[in-house]
Amino acid sequence: MSSSFDAVVIGAGHNGLVAGTYLAKAGRKVLVLEACGSPGGAAASEEIAPGYQVPTYAHLLFNLDPVVVRDLRLERHGLRYAKGAMATAALDRDGRHLIIGEGLEGLGGRGIAATDLSAWSDMSARLRRFAVTLAAFLAKTPPRLGSGGWDENRTLLELGWKIRRLGRDDMREFLRVVLSNVADLVEDELEDPLLQAAIAFDAVLGGWTGPRSPGTVLPLLYRLTGDSAGLPAARRLPQGGVGALTQAMAGALREAGGSLRCDARVARVRVEGDRATGVVLEDGETIAAGSVLSSIDPKRAFLELIGPHHLDAEFAQRANQIRMKGATAKLNLALSAPPLFSGLDTTQQAERLLIAPSIDDMEVAFNALKYGELPQTPPMEIVVPSLADPSIAPDGGHVLSAVVQYVPFAVKGGWDAVREDFQTSLIAQLEAYAPGLKDSVVAAQLLTPADIEERLGTSGGHWHHGELAADQMLMLRPFQGAAQYATPIDGFYLCGAGAHPGGDLMGTAGRNAARRVLRREGTT
Amino acid sequence: MTRDRYDAIVIGSGHNGLTNACYLARAGLSVLVVERNDYIGGAAVSRELQPGWTYTNCSYVCSLLRPEIIRDLELSKYGLQVIPYGGGATLMRSGDSFSAYTDHYAYRRELARHSAKDADAYERYSVDVMRQCRFIRPLLLRMPPDPTSFKPRDLGELLFLGKRFWDLGERDMCETLRFWTLSIADYLDQYFESDVVKAHLAGSGIIGTALGPYSPGTAYVLLHHYMGEVDGSAGSWGFSRGGMGAITRAMTRSLEASGGEVLTGSGVDRVLVEEGRAAGVVLANGNVHRARTVISGMDVKRTFLEAMEAQDLPGEFLDQVRRFKIRGSSGKLNIALDGLPEFPQIDSDSAVQYGEKHFTETMEDLERAYDDWKAGTWSRWPYVDMLIPSQFDPTVAPPGKHMMTAFIQYAPPTLKSGEPWDGPAREAFGKTVIDQIATFSPNFKDLIVHAEVRSPWDLEQEVGLTEGNIFQGELTFDQLLFNRPVPGYAQYRTPVPGLYLCGSSAHPGGGVMGAPGANAAREVLRDLRAPQTVREMGR
Repeated sequence: MSSSFDAVVIGAGHNGLVAGTYLAKAGRKVLVLEACGSPGGAAASEEIAPGYQVPTYAHLLFNLDPVVVRDLRLERHGLRYAKGAMATAALDRDGRHLIIGEGLEGLGGRGIAATDLSAWSDMSARLRRFAVTLAAFLAKTPPRLGSGGWDENRTLLELGWKIRRLGRDDMREFLRVVLSNVADLVEDELEDPLLQAAIAFDAVLGGWTGPRSPGTVLPLLYRLTGDSAGLPAARRLPQGGVGALTQAMAGALREAGGSLRCDARVARVRVEGDRATGVVLEDGETIAAGSVLSSIDPKRAFLELIGPHHLDAEFAQRANQIRMKGATAKLNLALSAPPLFSGLDTTQQAERLLIAPSIDDMEVAFNALKYGELPQTPPMEIVVPSLADPSIAPDGGHVLSAVVQYVPFAVKGGWDAVREDFQTSLIAQLEAYAPGLKDSVVAAQLLTPADIEERLGTSGGHWHHGELAADQMLMLRPFQGAAQYATPIDGFYLCGAGAHPGGDLMGTAGRNAARRVLRREGTT
Repeated sequence: MTRDRYDAIVIGSGHNGLTNACYLARAGLSVLVVERNDYIGGAAVSRELQPGWTYTNCSYVCSLLRPEIIRDLELSKYGLQVIPYGGGATLMRSGDSFSAYTDHYAYRRELARHSAKDADAYERYSVDVMRQCRFIRPLLLRMPPDPTSFKPRDLGELLFLGKRFWDLGERDMCETLRFWTLSIADYLDQYFESDVVKAHLAGSGIIGTALGPYSPGTAYVLLHHYMGEVDGSAGSWGFSRGGMGAITRAMTRSLEASGGEVLTGSGVDRVLVEEGRAAGVVLANGNVHRARTVISGMDVKRTFLEAMEAQDLPGEFLDQVRRFKIRGSSGKLNIALDGLPEFPQIDSDSAVQYGEKHFTETMEDLERAYDDWKAGTWSRWPYVDMLIPSQFDPTVAPPGKHMMTAFIQYAPPTLKSGEPWDGPAREAFGKTVIDQIATFSPNFKDLIVHAEVRSPWDLEQEVGLTEGNIFQGELTFDQLLFNRPVPGYAQYRTPVPGLYLCGSSAHPGGGVMGAPGANAAREVLRDLRAPQTVREMGR
């Protein structure tokens, strides 16, 4: 069988679906191909015990692009929020927890010193101002340096102008901290170790960096852009699980006339005369297409789907050198009773919970990662989505989802030898904050970076398809020569988290890529 | 004979203070340099601590000293002689080693012995790093622009910087952005596969820096050690004949020939501020020397937090000075030897017997050494940069005897255990290093006549470097260019008119470079409308 489309999108994760839908809405004949049995990618839910739907990978909507929500009419396609404007509770071993309002607004819980309160209010306002400066560039195609094109130079000038418009003092501070490390940033101004660590957590989440690693302020500002762009709620819990987001997107794709095919793994992109002309599936089927968009990670996209023989040597080498060592694991638990984190009231139990007692604790956990060892007490981001959304667990049962930071991709001795002990130690770590949790575990699922690579196909199991750091951001994401969505292979585009602006469930990369495809074809 | 009034007083007789004073004196100013110690030199100093042996106890090798400064101040005429040395080796626990020869073909063969791929990659690596050196070098002897300013000179300097960057072309602009933000480990991973090759090269990325090789920003630190030259040979390092103190001695002679004066044993108690401007210095001995221009070679913290009254400075400025990162992370052993220690892992006639030796053979060794520092103690298996200058320079040890210098990364300024450095801790630290060297040199311990162990705390006590930081401040982007030492005050001027900074706390930072001293002199002379003796690089 052979068929022909205007555009084929590889991967039905959120970015692939967004790109496909935009193209379909523009009248293109679009096919989205998914290797797994259902769409979702890293935004998927799965049943780990009868009636228990866990968010397999990502567990929160974070900085979901409001333009995508509007353009794709996702709410009409069933996207509902079980909980919005989630606060963060930074857990303390002695129950003196810290509650941080969403978007760094408001501080409560444990007795915070007055000096910290005022320093915090100055600092969070300043960080938000910096984030606003960056936010405008998320939805733009990164400029090419030195290309001489007016569009590119305009984007650069705008960025320069935005930074200047911060005013003298802010601009100086921005240029000082932008490549600095988050530990210095918070330790210079704040005293409370729990507060310091809670901010540092957002700077390193998903990355191969410790709070003391230079360059960690930039990802923190990036994460704050959603709040700053005036989103009603940057962190939200979709009704029916995270998979509901991609379900709604799949609905939008269908409505726009696009097709989705699951269980269709792409073996390679067909390249003829430096031009992508379609894809070949694993079973040998060829699908012809005018454009091919890849939402899988750029390393695999270039080295496996295109193949180094079609690429310039330096280009292939750059693809091979994308920094994407996974450092984040996922623990999903099915519980027969609600977990009770001591010292939190009923509403607080349903917020986003952090285990990160201090910067030094995080740094010690990061030390282990560096040498392929397992951290003793890794930092965690915990959500119990079933508290706000009982539909995802049986009566009385609950689902706990924890993102576990600083877990190596390749562990010394191999995962088989240590997996079970590690899972037990993670549950014990949770038990220390939520006594009784251990005995209520019905089923547990631990996904290491190696598992994530195997299941999702993302090289290194990296959540963001490439480290979010200054050397891989903007016109350097994923690397020079492939940072404008288009690639040296005519008709082949990147549309996933490996492209600007990167990871988290934003959908912006998919939107930007679709716009680029349409412009490239000469229509807007 | 000192006068009671000078045109300018320079605090500190380190290489930057003296460079600054020389340029001012050459412009016809009357200049006094005040030095706390009874000897000159700051951290470019050599002293006889054991009869017959010359200890170069702080900085120990020379490359960064700007050739423009050597020429302008006629340092060769005043006795400075730099003897290039070449190569080095990393000795491995397995008995193998990696030798970095100065001879290109020998080096390639040695690289190929560890990895054929790395031998090829080295060619690319050298070209790429040299390109970065060429990009940064002209920025060294210039004032960093204030990006928030609309003044013509700032705009001009920004344009100069921007144009140099733009002229690199798209590919190299991106490479430069990456170079400035990558860790040395990630940077080297782009070229090499052999761990010992990477570990050997990575040392330059962590020297003097409170960061590990996996920390972003350390590729730049490597550049900071590569951008020098000896007699026009880019990236080379050498010994100053007679020890590093010979540099500051030559500068002092040059200064005195231009009519400047140096007063030792004259620590500054405080900078005199009258009617909001600098008026001179008050010495610890109570003497007052007056000048309308005072230039401090001390680091930014010592200058503003110790030698000045808070009331004379804006509060926000003081806050910024307080948060300046000046983390001590390096120690030093200076060892008088009865003979030449043997390193049997290397052929006795190998050229690298004369080069530097390291004993950290993996990136993990280096990173774990940093982890110890983070935990508040000295590295159990430190990165050591060990040299025997007496192999080249017979003046630093008696005939047949030798002088060893060992630089050690990492040691913290204060120990987490609460133990003072001034006691058994210092000895234990010294023993760690001596044991490490002895692992590879069977006769080393028996040859030791005397060893001087210097922790960051000792460096602070003796040289006055806050926390013992050898660069007068971390070389991370938040403290480079227009951010050094604090944003808005990167042009050598301070909130107090007439007071300037000329030490390594100012652009372009640490190393025995002299550039901050020269740049500060240029700004002083501009402000005084005096004849300009300091040229700008690239003009």
